[in-house]
Amino acid sequence: MELKGRIISKGIAEGEALTTTQPISFYGGVDPETSEILEKGHELQGKRIKGKILVFPTGKGSTVGSYTLYRLKKGGVAPAGIINRECETVVAVGAIISEIPCVDEVDISQIKTGDTVRIENGVVTIKK
Amino acid sequence: MYLTKNEERMLDGEEGYAVKKSMEILVALGNIYGAEKLVKIGSVQVAGVSYHNLGDAGLEYLNELAKDGKVKVLTTLNPAGMDLENWRKLGIDEEFARKQNLVIDAFRKMGIIISCTCTPYLIGNLPIYGEHIAWSESSAVTFANSVIGAKTNREGGPSALAAAFVGKTPCYGLHLDTNRAPDTHVEVTAKLTTFSDWGALGYCVGKQVQNKIPYITGINDVSLDELKSFCASVVTFGSKPLFHMKGITPESEKHQPPKEKIVIDDSDIREAYEAINDDTEDIDFVCIGCPHASIKEIAEIANLLKNRKISPNTEFWVATSRPMKQLADKRGYTRIIEEAGGKFACDTCMAVAPLKGRFRTVATTSAKGCYYSRHNNMLTKMGSLEECINAGVSGKWS
Repeated sequence: MELKGRIISKGIAEGEALTTTQPISFYGGVDPETSEILEKGHELQGKRIKGKILVFPTGKGSTVGSYTLYRLKKGGVAPAGIINRECETVVAVGAIISEIPCVDEVDISQIKTGDTVRIENGVVTIKK
Repeated sequence: MYLTKNEERMLDGEEGYAVKKSMEILVALGNIYGAEKLVKIGSVQVAGVSYHNLGDAGLEYLNELAKDGKVKVLTTLNPAGMDLENWRKLGIDEEFARKQNLVIDAFRKMGIIISCTCTPYLIGNLPIYGEHIAWSESSAVTFANSVIGAKTNREGGPSALAAAFVGKTPCYGLHLDTNRAPDTHVEVTAKLTTFSDWGALGYCVGKQVQNKIPYITGINDVSLDELKSFCASVVTFGSKPLFHMKGITPESEKHQPPKEKIVIDDSDIREAYEAINDDTEDIDFVCIGCPHASIKEIAEIANLLKNRKISPNTEFWVATSRPMKQLADKRGYTRIIEEAGGKFACDTCMAVAPLKGRFRTVATTSAKGCYYSRHNNMLTKMGSLEECINAGVSGKWS
């Protein structure tokens, strides 16, 4: 299945989807060393986002979160790609400076954790 | 979004890495928020300066940008995590100071003025009415939009930096007059007597208008310092970074009060104090200057501290910009405050210094200061300057 989105940060990415219906705060909410989601009570608490196609509705929290994505990338533990329903400033800036492919305006309810997902030219391809 | 030939060239990398990355950021934000074009800006205020918040990730990115990035417009800096000169006196450890200085070096290399204050409008970065700017630091953004009538969105640190390298920002949100009209009428019937009442008022308005633009009536008399405190509080507790105040702020004349109306009375102000204040008597930290103290506030502190001594159990800070401290030196205020046992915390503040675990309780005149101190696990007391000074002298809140 193919879903058409809007390119926020260019590039091609493929990997296993990790999805949540909850917004993610990168500053304080994600461990920059291990890529583990730390936010208490979050659906993905305890999960590592390294190498995943991370699928979530939107970002939240401090703008310093953009730098957390950059640190994940430099440490080799960044997500391979990001898919949002509605991207906001923190994730957009973080994805761009870290060169993590990112698209939004995607119906993310179509993507399930464990799906193999490819992002290319704003198109999201889901291979079950 | 429409881009000029020159902007296209910047996006293609002709001016180097920092400008290219910056253009990518501005174009992405412009597309997300529906901007039609970029607009020229007069100045930038960059937040995200404290190493406490940036961490090694932020430092690394700033170093990357500093390799070839030079700001194109007047750019000033938010407070750092420490006094850049007297950090030892404030109990900052060596390793933190080393990292913080690396952050400052990166900003200096970019051509940014190392002002380290949240009140740039008091020290030479003063926009004019109607001017487009790209500022971060929510209290300063609210002051510039509301009190001055300049135009800025609430930028984050990285997007403000991007605007500084390009000299432009995407034209959406509060850059457009159509988005600056008030949503809610707020009538203030409460009697405001002390400085901290303005923080309490900001709490009430912010909580009630969540993400809207208030049109405030009922205020006849207000000083710059009181507006500065109100700006910090109203946006911290939830409003958009713009308000109109009838007879006070310049754009209030353009608008009529909206039909939807709320009233803030004395009981609301009392409830704000109850919500902000915790149950504590002992005070081991007093901090005045959130936002950074003006020279007038420093004069009042000196006047109240004359011939008195701060309790040995209490740390007393005046947080301000270095230029204000230099004025205070010349006027003799510094000597009075330091002889009483108070310390100046220039370039930094209670919101961004690494204070977690150092103090158990804080007394301050600032509602925003209380909000951030709770993040640092402190119990908070907000009150008038007299009450805070008395708490510093006795070590007790009374």
